[in-house]
Amino acid sequence: MQQVAKDTNAWACYDCGKCTSTCPIARAGADYSPRRHVLAANLGGEGEVDADPSLYACLTCSLCDSRCPAEVAYTTLVQKLREQAFTAAVQPECPHGGALQSVMRMMAKGGTTQNRLTWLGDDLETSPGQGEVFLWTGCTVYYDAFFPELGLATVDGTRAAVRLLNALGVTPVVSPDERCCGHDLLWNGDRASFSSLARHNVALVEASGAELVVTPCAECARTWRLDYEPYLEGSKLRVQHLTEYLAERADDLELHNGHAIRATYQDPCRLGRHLGVVDAPRQLLGRVPGLELAEMAHSGRRATCCAGGTWSNCDRFAKQIQVARLREARATGAEVLVTACPKCQVHLACAMKDPNLGPEIAIEMKDIAEVMAEALT
Amino acid sequence: MTRPTSTPAKSTGAVPPTAFDPRIVVFACNWCSYAGADTAGVSRIQYQPHFRVIRVMCSGRVQPAWVLRAFEKGADGVLVSGCHFGDCHYIFGNERAVEQFDKTMSVVKLLGIEPGRLRLEWISAAEGVRFAEVIDEFTDQVRALGPSPFAREDAIGEIEVGEGGACLTGEHEPSGAGGD
Repeated sequence: MQQVAKDTNAWACYDCGKCTSTCPIARAGADYSPRRHVLAANLGGEGEVDADPSLYACLTCSLCDSRCPAEVAYTTLVQKLREQAFTAAVQPECPHGGALQSVMRMMAKGGTTQNRLTWLGDDLETSPGQGEVFLWTGCTVYYDAFFPELGLATVDGTRAAVRLLNALGVTPVVSPDERCCGHDLLWNGDRASFSSLARHNVALVEASGAELVVTPCAECARTWRLDYEPYLEGSKLRVQHLTEYLAERADDLELHNGHAIRATYQDPCRLGRHLGVVDAPRQLLGRVPGLELAEMAHSGRRATCCAGGTWSNCDRFAKQIQVARLREARATGAEVLVTACPKCQVHLACAMKDPNLGPEIAIEMKDIAEVMAEALT
Repeated sequence: MTRPTSTPAKSTGAVPPTAFDPRIVVFACNWCSYAGADTAGVSRIQYQPHFRVIRVMCSGRVQPAWVLRAFEKGADGVLVSGCHFGDCHYIFGNERAVEQFDKTMSVVKLLGIEPGRLRLEWISAAEGVRFAEVIDEFTDQVRALGPSPFAREDAIGEIEVGEGGACLTGEHEPSGAGGD
């Protein structure tokens, strides 16, 4: 515990309480306090904070990290404490009965050939094995299968990502052997399953000969760049979110098919705060002809999380946060809410299903890749 | 992989038994299918014994998570069974079961698990013979598919019903799903 407190700079905490007053969950009324966890960790807290089920209420959105004057890495502290909690068999009450965790663990066990590329059409040029750019597609196809009631097609974002890469003359590697990046299991404290996924995925990408991993998913990007670091030792592999890659090559992208539309952008917590990518998506949206970007009251590094992070916390507080966020989006007068993470879409679409609030908070959602790809032709 | 084998009590003979006995989880609704299994029992109908029944109040309660957990823990096959349409004790519970089942099936297919390992059946309380037939047929079908890729040597212990409130390591079976 001392080591954890040291590594996450928790010892620097001077008890100001900014984290708790910033925390979206605490602000929504939950009995939750990041400061309490930090102080308990500093005091040793064995058997206390590392077995506290409320650890799983944290959205891991990292808003408190960005406000902390002492630079305590609370989100990292939560990640480490959850690992200890998991070892002590203190686990979250998973939404959806833990179905998604089961799916991820089956992928970690391996042994089957997934049918995950059914969305690949003839119009998309991809390579199954070798190439310079590996397109890490993420689990959108699973989300669409698991949440048919939401009427989403998050896989359209993945498809659009291929189209955009094709338009730049890139034939990306899209592999049927890709497995879950392990993001959610890691944040649920299951380091063992995460490790086996990470090792498989790193080996898969290395075998393709790719030098660059591009992903349209904010969570995959975070995981690949930050959490895979120990598994990528000695490798020259670079990892970019699709928006970063496109922003670098924006001049090569011919966008001409525009129609007037007012859009707003939801910064995924993984992309905005965890990776600090807030400008690239905005630069890209600024290039789409006819698109007018209207910012929400909280945007960029201040953006509110979709409140669903790691499939470990879904409650009335999360719902409150989602509704408030959608009201912000509606207040901009935007017709479409653009995001760069499929999970934002899943969680916000779920909030929109509220029979009483539905009409007040409903707004069309699109992945940023879809918006860009639509402007291509 | 070595797995316990035994001579089936009765095989339909359609599929030659390979050298393993499958582990099958059966979710049976309280009002029809579980009573159907009872009927098969009191009628002394012989059928293959390689399944574990989990009684639920309604097949509509069988959410994807339970089926997927069974597969995760190494079940070779999962059978969900409820009342015939129109017979549901809760009027439309089995229609919910179909919705849940379709969702589960699409995830199972994505994962690359053979669709033959998962089945939905309607069995009424009077259909003891049919219960035995379905079990025999499904057991043969799963046996022909071979052991589940997720089955491990220790999996058999993990499927058994335990206590607790965890959703991650399978220490816990869903509430309302305890057998008797």
